[in-house]
Amino acid sequence: MGMTMTQKILAAHANLASVEAGQLIEAKLDLVLGNDITSPVAIHEMDKMKVNGVFDKDKIALVPDHFVPNKDIKSAEHCKCVREFAKKNDITNYFEVGQMGIEHALLPEKGLTVAGDVIIGADSHTCTYGAVGAFSTGVGSTDMAAGMATGMAWFKVPSAIKFVLKNKPAKWVSGKDIILHIIGKIGVDGALYKSMEFTGDGIQYLTMDDRFTIANMAIEAGGKNGIFPVDDLCLEYIKEHSNRQPVIYEADADAIYDEVIEIDLSALRPTVAYPHLPENTKTIDEAVKDDLAIDQVVIGSCTNGRMDDLRIAASILKGKKVAEGMRLIVIPGTQKIYLDAMEEGLIRTFIEAGGVVSTPTCGPCLGGYMGILAENERCVSTTNRNFVGRMGHISSEIYLASPAVAAASAIAGKIADPETV
Amino acid sequence: MNNAHGKVIKYGDNVDTDVIIPARYLNSSDPKELATHCMEDLDKDFLSKLEPGDIMVAEKNFGCGSSREHAPIAIKACGISCVIAETFARIFYRNAINIGLPIIECPEAVAGINDGDEVTVDFDSGIITNVTKGTSFKGQPFPEFMQKIIDAEGLVNYINAK
Repeated sequence: MGMTMTQKILAAHANLASVEAGQLIEAKLDLVLGNDITSPVAIHEMDKMKVNGVFDKDKIALVPDHFVPNKDIKSAEHCKCVREFAKKNDITNYFEVGQMGIEHALLPEKGLTVAGDVIIGADSHTCTYGAVGAFSTGVGSTDMAAGMATGMAWFKVPSAIKFVLKNKPAKWVSGKDIILHIIGKIGVDGALYKSMEFTGDGIQYLTMDDRFTIANMAIEAGGKNGIFPVDDLCLEYIKEHSNRQPVIYEADADAIYDEVIEIDLSALRPTVAYPHLPENTKTIDEAVKDDLAIDQVVIGSCTNGRMDDLRIAASILKGKKVAEGMRLIVIPGTQKIYLDAMEEGLIRTFIEAGGVVSTPTCGPCLGGYMGILAENERCVSTTNRNFVGRMGHISSEIYLASPAVAAASAIAGKIADPETV
Repeated sequence: MNNAHGKVIKYGDNVDTDVIIPARYLNSSDPKELATHCMEDLDKDFLSKLEPGDIMVAEKNFGCGSSREHAPIAIKACGISCVIAETFARIFYRNAINIGLPIIECPEAVAGINDGDEVTVDFDSGIITNVTKGTSFKGQPFPEFMQKIIDAEGLVNYINAK
């Protein structure tokens, strides 16, 4: 019986010739990830395990990124706990402030995630690395602890939905619009427990940054992972960033899918997800008619804080000013992206337009700090969740959008079509 | 593991981990402290109406969103004895099993239980009984492997016992 791409990767890591959906397996891990919120809980759980240290000091990545630079004393204590654990266990891939970035922007850039890997991370957006052809999925802190201790994790082999992406997207349609459209179509539990396997001729038109954004939000449809086939562009990216050898897996021709969904990328419009679920989508044309005044715009996060994202936002903001009273917050995903953006003049563009630029942090995306919303405020954000209270007060509202729509909305002071500003 | 018996507090679809425990409290990982903010963004009266042993019932996709284990930890620490839902988001499902918070998927029970009903759950048989209405339902049994983790009261004990 044929296997999906995900099933093939899992079978290989479980030393099995084949696996099928629903089967429980134990798989070897190539990387275990944690951040400053989830790692302290994992470290505490690992202390209770009868183990001597970590399974492999080179296969653990610890990235304090949510509340760093430390937002308060308690966060500082959490970061200290992670730092001391990393030191004690001689963890190779611990990233201190100054080297760190938002974890899912950072790890591919550092070459730690390559095609064929099995990766777990105590962060739900760990599914991002499906963009490079890896199986990667979010887990909790106890799974992270077990992974760090044993190098293994248990999985229920997922069934899959195949998304056939067809044709070339139009000018302002990005990876963000594609994934928001998909979530709008199938719902926030449309891919619950399943793989989202992306295929089709449309993929050739998607940059790696587009693919990272799409895989990143698989979890917002309930997916276990999102994964792309490994093409030349992907191999080039891996070669540029990593010394590790990618292993290419392809879905069998007779792989079984629960569902096959075709998406004509050329027919998509920039898409906005309204409060309070990522599935509440409207096209930009519908959203503009709502004429909603916006108080804040956030451009950044593990979803949209990469170079493509900053470039397109800057191309719209160049020579323009944000609307009166608008707070524009731009957060490059990593130190490298920050530097590259500086050298390209993008940071100057954001500041001259009236925005602020922050060091990499998850801060506002999860309502931690650096852009919390007051009662009844509205924000257009390139982040990934618009749940009640996610970015601040429970009456505040988040409209999820692409960097282009976010930049255009910052200028207009309301949700705007990038074509018209 | 034995049984749960309590009054039901019921919610709808897509109860996300941000409302179960908002990120502004994630600078703590102390279960007791997390419990004091459990559900506050969805239901500010939750803690005042909660009695130890109460059962939480919800519709589809309970626990969607973030991977924060703080969510099942907060629910367990505030005294909820079991969560019954139509479906659970997958990371929450794993986390609940791993930390020993009893959960059961049972769409029929969710449809047949109202807020405030008195309910018992037999974890061995998966039988959910609505004492108020005199009806009972059979929850989805766990696969054997997961049952072993549950019986060990969490993944850490399970690994230690191996």
